[in-house]
Formats: sequence, structure tokens, C-alpha cells
Amino acid sequence: MRARSVPFLFLVLVAPAVSAQDSLLDLLGEEEETKEYSTASFKTTRVINGHSLENTSHGVLDFRIGHRFGFLSEGVEEMFGLDQATIRLGFDYGVTDRLAVGFGRSSFQKTIDGFAKYKLLRQCHSGCSMPITLSLFAGTSITTLTKEKLPWYAEEREDYFTHRMAYAFQVIVGRKFSEGFSLQLMPGLVHRNLVRTDEEENDVLNVGAGGRVKLTKRVTLNAEYFYVLPGQLRAAIVPEDRLDDPNPGFKNSLSVGLDIETGGHVFQVHLTNSTAMYERGFITETTGDWLDGEIHIGFNISRVFTLHRPKQPQPPGSKEEGW
Amino acid sequence: MLRNTFMLLAMVPLLTAAQKYGTRNGQLQFRSETPLETIEAENFKGTCVLDASTGAIEFMALIKGFQFEKALMQEHFNENYMESDKFPKASFKGTVDGMSAELITRPGRHDLTVNGELTIHGVTKPLSTPVTVEVQPTGATVAECGFIILPEDHDIAIPGMVRDNIAKEIHVKVKAELQKL
Repeated sequence: MRARSVPFLFLVLVAPAVSAQDSLLDLLGEEEETKEYSTASFKTTRVINGHSLENTSHGVLDFRIGHRFGFLSEGVEEMFGLDQATIRLGFDYGVTDRLAVGFGRSSFQKTIDGFAKYKLLRQCHSGCSMPITLSLFAGTSITTLTKEKLPWYAEEREDYFTHRMAYAFQVIVGRKFSEGFSLQLMPGLVHRNLVRTDEEENDVLNVGAGGRVKLTKRVTLNAEYFYVLPGQLRAAIVPEDRLDDPNPGFKNSLSVGLDIETGGHVFQVHLTNSTAMYERGFITETTGDWLDGEIHIGFNISRVFTLHRPKQPQPPGSKEEGW
Repeated sequence: MLRNTFMLLAMVPLLTAAQKYGTRNGQLQFRSETPLETIEAENFKGTCVLDASTGAIEFMALIKGFQFEKALMQEHFNENYMESDKFPKASFKGTVDGMSAELITRPGRHDLTVNGELTIHGVTKPLSTPVTVEVQPTGATVAECGFIILPEDHDIAIPGMVRDNIAKEIHVKVKAELQKL
């Protein structure tokens, strides 16, 4: 009798208890954590003049128009700068999600510029741990002005093609601190093959800082500043009141603006003291003084075209179409 | 005799308890079609569990799991419309009427109805829709359904400028191949 009731008791004990479960989905067990990289730390690939830590996505072509009006200090006669303009037209392309390349042409000094930008480290908050995004930037600019129009032209001088060139290198390191706030630092170096005088440096060390604050879902406030270490630049002719400046004749680039995003466009409107829109120009050749009203109203338009969509990995058993 | 009957009865819970089916690879697709623009995306990582004995069903999908043709569209979908950092999941909890442990083992195509609540963007609304459960002779079970949702029902704000680019009714299709758990 005892021997028979043991198996019976065993069965009763083994029968699964009906427990009140929070969710049926718990039966599937723990999901593997998928890696989630931070995205959209800035609305577009530029803070204002300088590059942001966002890259153009894989297979995407970004058509960029940059426009700067004249200085506000020009007064009513030039309609506070609206009558004057410099433009940059350019294309950025995402070769992969990490590597972006681009080129453009500015009307300022008829300059062509090109760059490559590689995202070495990506900020990751789930499934991995990396607190910052780090990108490496390398760019070059060439002025295509005819020989006689070059600022350094003199009949007796030999015109070397390489004198027209400059290079810029930057390490862009930054972080999306929250949904509404991102900040980045851009230590870098601009190399000019030809400089004005002996007192100027060919290699100009600088540190930039840029950030954005989200005002609404689609509008952000951006600001950017490039600090050029003192004693590296000197203009050919320096106005009297600027003789004691750390880089006489030149100012550090300071810009502030709004990013407005609408569908496939990002519209950036800003105030900046820099006239040029390529690194050599806005880092080492900014002459505008904010306090004197030498500020340009400017805007950038970014229009994105998806040229091709990279293949997404499909789980086994799923079909491409037909359902 | 009585003891044997008793023993047999005691085994009944064992026989009916393990009637749970599920998958981690449920497929979801949604589509918004207007004369201006077609927006569609697919998610291949929906999780679903069905308790065939009671008909209780639960489905969950991560919003960030929806894949779009255009990277920027995917970014806007998550950042601006679905706010997927705040509301990372869409989920459904309900019952399949007519489901039973017996039905799910009977090969053939069964047209049933699922009733429950759908939570998207943190807002829960009732959802009732026909669902087809196809039980193949091999034992594989495929559940398919399609329904329409309205973005405004789930507090998804659409700015005036793009109002005409996004359909008022979004067509959703769900397909899950359920395995016995």
C-alpha cells in the first residue's frame, strides 16, 4: 500500500503549480541585450561651421548649401549685410556608417574643400559600454583663384600650386548627455602651406567646443567656439586697436544658431563672425569682432537623399516579401 | 480501482499544463500610404506567447526594432514621433476566442478573433481583430492578423507641415510562427 502511494504523491508534487504570472512573455526567458548606439546627438553633421560627431549614414547623400550674408556692421547701406553673400555648395556621402567623405566649393576665395571623417568610437548605452563618441577628421582646401587674384600674388614670385593648399585635422570627441543636451570638443591642427609672414605659424593649434540644447522635438539651439592658441597668427596689416590681441588681426570663431528639422531637411540659421565655411577659413582667417557688430547672419540647408539602403541582417525563417 | 482512477486524474494537470506556444521572431509590418509618400517598416523580432488552454496571448515589439528603407526616416520615427527612448515597447495583451489546447493540435486553417488591449507610445486602446491560425501537419503553427490603428489614438503628434505625408489610418500586419515552449 505504501509503495503505491509514493508514486501518486510524487505525481501530485510534480504537477506544475498554476501561479499568477505577471506576464506570459516571462516564459520566453531573458532576451539577449541588443547593442544600442546613441543616435541623433546633433540634428545634422555640422554644429554650425565645424563638424559634429554625427556622420552621414551609410548610403546617404547629403546636399549642403551654406550661405553667409555680409557683416551686420555694414549698416543700412548694405542692408545690414543682406546685400552681400558668400556661398558654399557641397555633398557629403556616407561610405559606411563609420566613414563619411565629402567635398564642396565656396565662393569665398573660390575654394574647393574635401574631407574624410571616421567614427572610431561610438557612444553606446545598452549592450556595451562606451561613454563617448570619437571621430577623426581630415580635410583639405585649395583656392582656385587665378594667379593674379591670389592675395599673395606678386609678379616676381614663383606661383607654386602647393601654396594654394591647406590641411585641417581634428579629433572630435563628444557625448550625448541626455535627450536634450550634447557636447563635443574638437582639438585640432590647421596646416597652411604658405603663410603671410615669418611671425605666423604654418601649423596652427586650436581647440573647438560645440554643443546643442534641444528646445522642442525639432528645434535645437547650437553654439560653437574655436580657440586658437595665441601667438600663431598675424595679419599683414593690423588695425591699431588690435595690436595687443593674442593673434593680432584675427579673432576666434564664435557662432550661435538654431537647427530646425522638417522631414528630409535640416535648416540651420545662425550668427557667426566667420566668413568662410571650410576649416582653414573659419579657424585661422576669422577677422570679425562680435563686439564691433562684425557678425554674419548665415544659414545652412541640409537635404538628405538615400542612395542605397545597406542590407539588414534577416533572422532565419523570415521572407523578404510575400506576406 | 479507485486508487488507479485517482492516479489517472492526478496526471491530468500534467497533460494540459504544457500548452504554451511562443516565438522571438514574430514579424510585424506597418504601412502608411498617401499620394505624397509611402512610409513602411518591418520588425522581425516580435516576441509572442500564447497559452492555448486559456487562449491568453501576449505580444511585444521594440520600437527601435522597426527597420526602414531610409535611415533618416527611421531616426525621425524614433526621435520625433514614437519617442522610443521614453516608450521603448509596443505591446498587446488579450485572448484568442475559440482557442483551446485541442484546436492548436488540429491541422487546418482556423479563423478566430483576438480581443485585447494594444499599448503604443504609452497609450492603451482596445483592439479586436480576426486572426487566422494555421496548424500544419508538421506541427508548426502560424498565426496571422491585420488591423488598422490611428496615430491620434495613441497620442502620436503629427505636425501640420507633414500632415499630408502621413496617412490617418496605418495598416499593420502581424505574423508569428509559434513553437511549443
